[in-house]
Amino acid sequence: MIYQGKKRIWADYQKEIPDDHWYYVRSCIRQNFFPASEKMFTEITRGVLGKDIYENPSHTTCGGIAYHCDTLPQETAMTVVARQFAIMTESGYENLCPSCITSFGNYTEILETWREFPELETKIREMLWKACRREFRKPKYLAHSSDLIYKFRNEIAEKAKFRLVDRETGEPLRIVEHIGCHYSKMFPSKGVGGAEYPYVLAGMVESWGGSVVDYPERRHCCGFGFRQYFVKANRGYCVSNTHKKFESMEPYHPDAIVTNCPGCPYFLDRWQYVISEQTGKTYGSNGYGIPVLTYEELAGLVLGYDPWDLGLQLHQVAVEPLLDKIGVEYDPKAKYLGVDRKNIMRPGLPTVLKCC
Amino acid sequence: MMDFGFSLSPSSTINLDKADLSLLRKVRALEPDVDICMACGSCTASCTAGPFTGMSVRKVINDLQRGRATEIGKMVSGCMLCGKCTMVCPRGINTRHLILSLWRVYDKEAAR
Repeated sequence: MIYQGKKRIWADYQKEIPDDHWYYVRSCIRQNFFPASEKMFTEITRGVLGKDIYENPSHTTCGGIAYHCDTLPQETAMTVVARQFAIMTESGYENLCPSCITSFGNYTEILETWREFPELETKIREMLWKACRREFRKPKYLAHSSDLIYKFRNEIAEKAKFRLVDRETGEPLRIVEHIGCHYSKMFPSKGVGGAEYPYVLAGMVESWGGSVVDYPERRHCCGFGFRQYFVKANRGYCVSNTHKKFESMEPYHPDAIVTNCPGCPYFLDRWQYVISEQTGKTYGSNGYGIPVLTYEELAGLVLGYDPWDLGLQLHQVAVEPLLDKIGVEYDPKAKYLGVDRKNIMRPGLPTVLKCC
Repeated sequence: MMDFGFSLSPSSTINLDKADLSLLRKVRALEPDVDICMACGSCTASCTAGPFTGMSVRKVINDLQRGRATEIGKMVSGCMLCGKCTMVCPRGINTRHLILSLWRVYDKEAAR
């Protein structure tokens, strides 16, 4: 009875995610930070799972960064988003799948605002028509790209070449999952598991053989926060947030961190270098850091893609300790080679954080 | 150490495994009711000295439970022992006696 009750309550935290036919919009910054992640998403969904994922080259930024930096009024951001909806409508799709958590939050916020204030939607429709003679239908379903990978996590597990298991001990790898704040903290009902029990990444980790680390600051922000980071004088606040998370997760000895936001993996990865230079402390074993991966990179790893094709050499924290634990084969000499194995030079090394 | 133009701020995280709770134990021996506080804040709301001295019984108990003795010393020195907080406490804690007990512990430690 209690179990049935729990199942019923858990059902309220679920989200309807259609199987197929998605209009995919990329992030402004992810291709710079983690260049293979979005490519891997399309490769897995189209190539491995055989789904219809459509992209239109005319799509632009959603305006989310400028909106959250207070350099763009919301009505302008709404008109930019209305244009995205118009391109989606013209392309014949009704399910929108953004790659970016900020975009996901931005789209959700705008759709909810229009639901509460329909007169604003009418105004934006007029503004869009005046600006570019376009009309739109609102998306029938809105899901973040991690929602889709979550939905197909068991299919990916069936096709996986590796599992998130320490090949020497046979124990599940301890994975920290970090959800972007704009995924479900603003509109809890729009994310899998809501704000209280976000399960989108935990579900992937469990399906692929790992165990999720539950630590005190699990739901704390990574520290990015647009207005903190973009003003240099405020970056101490940003790195202090990240430091707090690392101090909190350290006693649990995580093997890796997986994230679903553009900013979180970047900051959790790069700040490990800054913290090591400022305090002399590293959080992995033997002077290494804790590898930070996007969920597409993690999916690519378990599916057996070459780590250097996944762009893992562009992470600040070395991923080799994780690859060794999983048993992924890699060529250390090829780590920093460019296309066609061309020598494109090696990056400089930090003084404290061990990188290779 | 490399200068990035910004630095880490001290963390506000409290680790109860590492916190020094000796003051709480000493006060508990004199006033066991300290453990039944539910942090409603009625004491702080009714405090005459609070707005002028920063005294807050709710914060004092909170800091006692978190092992932050320095902040407590500063606060209790602002109390004038009027006893209004004792009158409003829904749990019936003798907060006036709690403050006096704290003073006694501080006096004993200062005398050592």
